[in-house]
Amino acid sequence: MSETTCTLSLHLNGQHRQLDVRPWTTLLDLLREQLDLTGTKKGCDHGQCGACTVLLNGKRINSCLTLAVMHDGARLTTIEGLAEGNELHPMQAAFVRHDAFQCGYCTPGQICSAVGLAGENRAHDRDSIRELMSGNLCRCGAYPNILAAVEEALPASRDRLQEKAP
Amino acid sequence: MRPFHYHRPERIEEALALAGPDSRYIAGGTNLLDLMKENVLHPRQLIDINRLPLHAIEETPGGGLMIGALVSNADLAWHPQIEQRYPLLSRAILAGASPQLRNMATTGGNLLQRTRCYYFYDTGTPCNKREPGTGCPARDGLNRIHAILGASEACVAVHPSDMCVVLAALEAQVHVQGPHGKRRIAMSDFHRLPSDRPELDNNLSEGELIIAVELPAEGFAQHSAYLKLRDRASYAFALVSVAAALELDGTTIKAARLALGGVAHKPWRVEAAEQALCGKPADEASFAIAANLLLDGAQPLQHNAFKPELARRAIIRALGEAARGTAR
Repeated sequence: MSETTCTLSLHLNGQHRQLDVRPWTTLLDLLREQLDLTGTKKGCDHGQCGACTVLLNGKRINSCLTLAVMHDGARLTTIEGLAEGNELHPMQAAFVRHDAFQCGYCTPGQICSAVGLAGENRAHDRDSIRELMSGNLCRCGAYPNILAAVEEALPASRDRLQEKAP
Repeated sequence: MRPFHYHRPERIEEALALAGPDSRYIAGGTNLLDLMKENVLHPRQLIDINRLPLHAIEETPGGGLMIGALVSNADLAWHPQIEQRYPLLSRAILAGASPQLRNMATTGGNLLQRTRCYYFYDTGTPCNKREPGTGCPARDGLNRIHAILGASEACVAVHPSDMCVVLAALEAQVHVQGPHGKRRIAMSDFHRLPSDRPELDNNLSEGELIIAVELPAEGFAQHSAYLKLRDRASYAFALVSVAAALELDGTTIKAARLALGGVAHKPWRVEAAEQALCGKPADEASFAIAANLLLDGAQPLQHNAFKPELARRAIIRALGEAARGTAR
């Protein structure tokens, strides 16, 4: 286990992947640099901005603050894995409908975070959505439209999670 | 990040055997990896403890709860037993970090997180905590977020945790296991004041691993409040935080617990402040006496002269909220 390369098995966006990683590769760098999944963004690289948010076993995390090697056997969903074919995830569709972005850099993290939020089932009004989305910064300040999109798509996102539950 | 060796033991004894002076245990990693990216820490070996059997929350024979060190902050805050019996703990955890971080960060790791003093993080400056003997630029530098109680010439850093403030107030016990066996450490003895050894945040011995945090049966579920004051409404460290818990007989205080965050190198408790409340009416006059005792000896620095008065008012407000009843 202490060699400079470790093998890692991931269920990534519905596909089984067998990978070789160095122990010091963060999950974010694995996605972007090794797998060309550049939808997940590197913002601050310190867990402060939320641009790197992905869903690990259904829970939202900052992929910049964890090592890839720590997640052998995990189920990982990135922004690239949310749509089903050409049909957008309800949260993605709501972001488009509400124009919930300006530059778009924070958007994949915002959407993954909001899908994680739906799974937690703890946000029941606008104030609690604001509080529970505070780990995702938008420097363009598109918060009013992000809030509107998340509020609208939470029920449909919860329904989709239930459909997918084993 | 500098290269390191990585191990993922399945058993506690295996993890303890791997530990050494240049190694670190990693669980959530949210603080450790950040410090490694900043080159503040550069272990040669990481011991990933996530596969150890420390994920359970179980009732203790004494009616309390034993929380495994690897229970995430989110799972702990939203555990039905914690929400019902220890709402103060739930509130404090949810007041800290972000949902993403709370999904990663663990119970044991929360106790071991390092200060967010700017100079500790900036390897271009001296820091007695990072490099003993080099000096403390915070003492005469930017010190708005720093300590007003228990600081030393060598260090004015504060402990950043919200959860630990409540664990101190509830008189939790930290269960640890090391090369020489198991022991329990009272929460109030777990962290230490900086004195002339600010590089030591706590009283763990080398290689010791936190395996659980034990909550006593009394959770002050009826009358408790966590008040956190910070520069923005969410996702910021406390300038001052207060954990207040009361046991009332009508309007008379039977027992009280008070702890402060954001003001010292460890959660700040003063027994005399709690004793002064016992047998007294739950009113502002009693709360003010307790606040003055808790803040006795406060010494603000150049940029945080606001903290003693902010803390005094926060203590009175938190005690008032606790007396009115835990908000649901």
